[in-house]
Amino acid sequence: MTSDHIMNAYDQELKFLANRIAFMGGHAERMVDQAIQALVAANVDLARKVVADDMALDEAQRDVDDKAVIIIARRQPMADDLREIIGAIRISSDLERVGDLGKNIAKRVVSLSDAAQPIQLFRGLEALAQLALTQLKEVLDAYATRSVARIGQVRDRDDDIDAMYTSLFRELLTYMMEDPRNIASCTHLLFCAKNIERIGDHATNIAETVYHIVTGDLMPAERPKEDKSHKVVI
Amino acid sequence: MAFDGPTPGWARRGAASLARAKWLVATALAAIAGLAWLGGLDWPVIGLAMGAVLVAAAVGPGEREAERVSGGAAAPASTGLRAYPAEYIAAAIPDPMAMIDQAGAIVYVNDAARAAFGDFRAGTLIQLRFRTPEFQTFLSGLRDGAAEPHVTDYAERVPIERWFRIVGRPIGHGTNLFVLVFKDQSETRRIDRMRSDFIANASHELRTPLASVAGFIETLRGPARNDAKARDHFLQIMQDQTARMARLIDDLLSLSRLEMKTYAAPSKAVDLHQVIDRVVNAMSQLAAEVGVTIVKQIPTAPVEILGQPDELIQVFENLVENACKYGQSGGKVLVLLDAGKGEAAAGPSVTVRDFGPGIPEEHIPRLTERFYRIDAETSRAQKGTGLGLAIVKHILTRYDARLTIRSWPGEGAAFTVQFPAR
Repeated sequence: MTSDHIMNAYDQELKFLANRIAFMGGHAERMVDQAIQALVAANVDLARKVVADDMALDEAQRDVDDKAVIIIARRQPMADDLREIIGAIRISSDLERVGDLGKNIAKRVVSLSDAAQPIQLFRGLEALAQLALTQLKEVLDAYATRSVARIGQVRDRDDDIDAMYTSLFRELLTYMMEDPRNIASCTHLLFCAKNIERIGDHATNIAETVYHIVTGDLMPAERPKEDKSHKVVI
Repeated sequence: MAFDGPTPGWARRGAASLARAKWLVATALAAIAGLAWLGGLDWPVIGLAMGAVLVAAAVGPGEREAERVSGGAAAPASTGLRAYPAEYIAAAIPDPMAMIDQAGAIVYVNDAARAAFGDFRAGTLIQLRFRTPEFQTFLSGLRDGAAEPHVTDYAERVPIERWFRIVGRPIGHGTNLFVLVFKDQSETRRIDRMRSDFIANASHELRTPLASVAGFIETLRGPARNDAKARDHFLQIMQDQTARMARLIDDLLSLSRLEMKTYAAPSKAVDLHQVIDRVVNAMSQLAAEVGVTIVKQIPTAPVEILGQPDELIQVFENLVENACKYGQSGGKVLVLLDAGKGEAAAGPSVTVRDFGPGIPEEHIPRLTERFYRIDAETSRAQKGTGLGLAIVKHILTRYDARLTIRSWPGEGAAFTVQFPAR
């Protein structure tokens, strides 16, 4: 964005894209955060709000797509600008998916709120959501500041999210085996956990896009695992 | 200075006034010269006229200057704010501050903002960094010149909860520049949060030991009233339970205290040698009790990091204590300090390794959750509260350090604290 274009209108168009991405990022983060809050506190009203918020996100994604297509057709951008625009399209579609997953969690609040659930079930889910939200925030901050210095950690954290998801999966399975009456609620929670894990994957996608926008290269491949130990970085 | 002695005050003031009024004077002198050339005035008259202009310029504006100084209450001496570059003033403001243009692109941020939110490039859209829907509304209100005041609350939940109140004002008239000032509200919010969290956690976790103490009291007053042997046994259990409650309250309080602290990266240099020595000394008693020897592997040169000794001691005490308790069967706990000079990116790291049974894979990612226990019975027998690693994680987050947990089934576990490079 700092590169100087002779055409001021072009800058305006690029700024419009960045502005919409900012809006989508803030909205998606807020939706996931509130969906988890609604889930833990069995707050049906908050859950309904989250479901309604998804509309704005879909609309913003259409805006980004339309504008990007117009810019490409009219300006025929090259190199940096082209990466920037294609990046915006990709990031917006990832964010839209994050919003959908948040909405899906919120929808489950209604069916879960009938019976009181033990608090331990939610602690793990909250911790998982915390990791995914940190991940999402860091990649969006990296997009804002155009710094890829910390982006390498994103992969590590994604592994942690996966490991945590597996652990939660086992825990929920034990609850189901203990008492078949738990099966309905635990299945909902299992889907919530899976959704959060998917949010982490979308954050990793965004990280790769940001890396490509800033450097023009692909993000370096994963390091091989050093030994057979079980390892988690927190 | 060309003068030998101190310059008289009037001369300095006169010279300063002259310098300020130089364009007026130059114009006047040029006009007089022009008139002289056109109208053929006598040279003495011209000289007199020019002299009069100079004197008037030197004395005249001095009075206006005096008015200006007394008018601006904040301005010390005669210089006012103009004498200082705006950047110095902005840098001296302790609250984060950002200057943005009409589109929201950052023109300038002060050091406090960099410390709080990381680096910004000029031209970055500020709404990309502060993305909440409220901030976007606030920003468009500010840009469109909606009615004052322009205030919004901004909250960050991860990695550390922080709250800011952001106030926005336009700069001057028609500059299309705006200044945003961030006021940190985290402390007051955290006090509220701490109260409710503490009550929730304490009431939940204290209920079990309290119920058991109440049960034993009932038994002692009823069926076991005259049974001396049972009384001793029950009193022992009650003592253990009250001790557990005391530990729980200690841990909850220390966690709450940590959460209270404002978000400030630690700034004092601490030698990790001393920290580890103190931890190993403090833990030697416990290690001897459970039959574990603590072995240090430490380079000779001091290894300094930015931090606070008490917090670092708490981190490593918790890690070494866990290693002694849960890796008891291995008979050895290794504390390894690595100065981390090899790679440019890596800072120093400390590893606490035990040789016990290791940690089952599915539990590793969740160890730092509050009250998460692999096995409630073992934990209780080892006098654990379920908060030790939560405290460790909390401290390390503030240090921007990372905790890596490795486990080899049957061969033990290793907890590595990786500090950032300075």
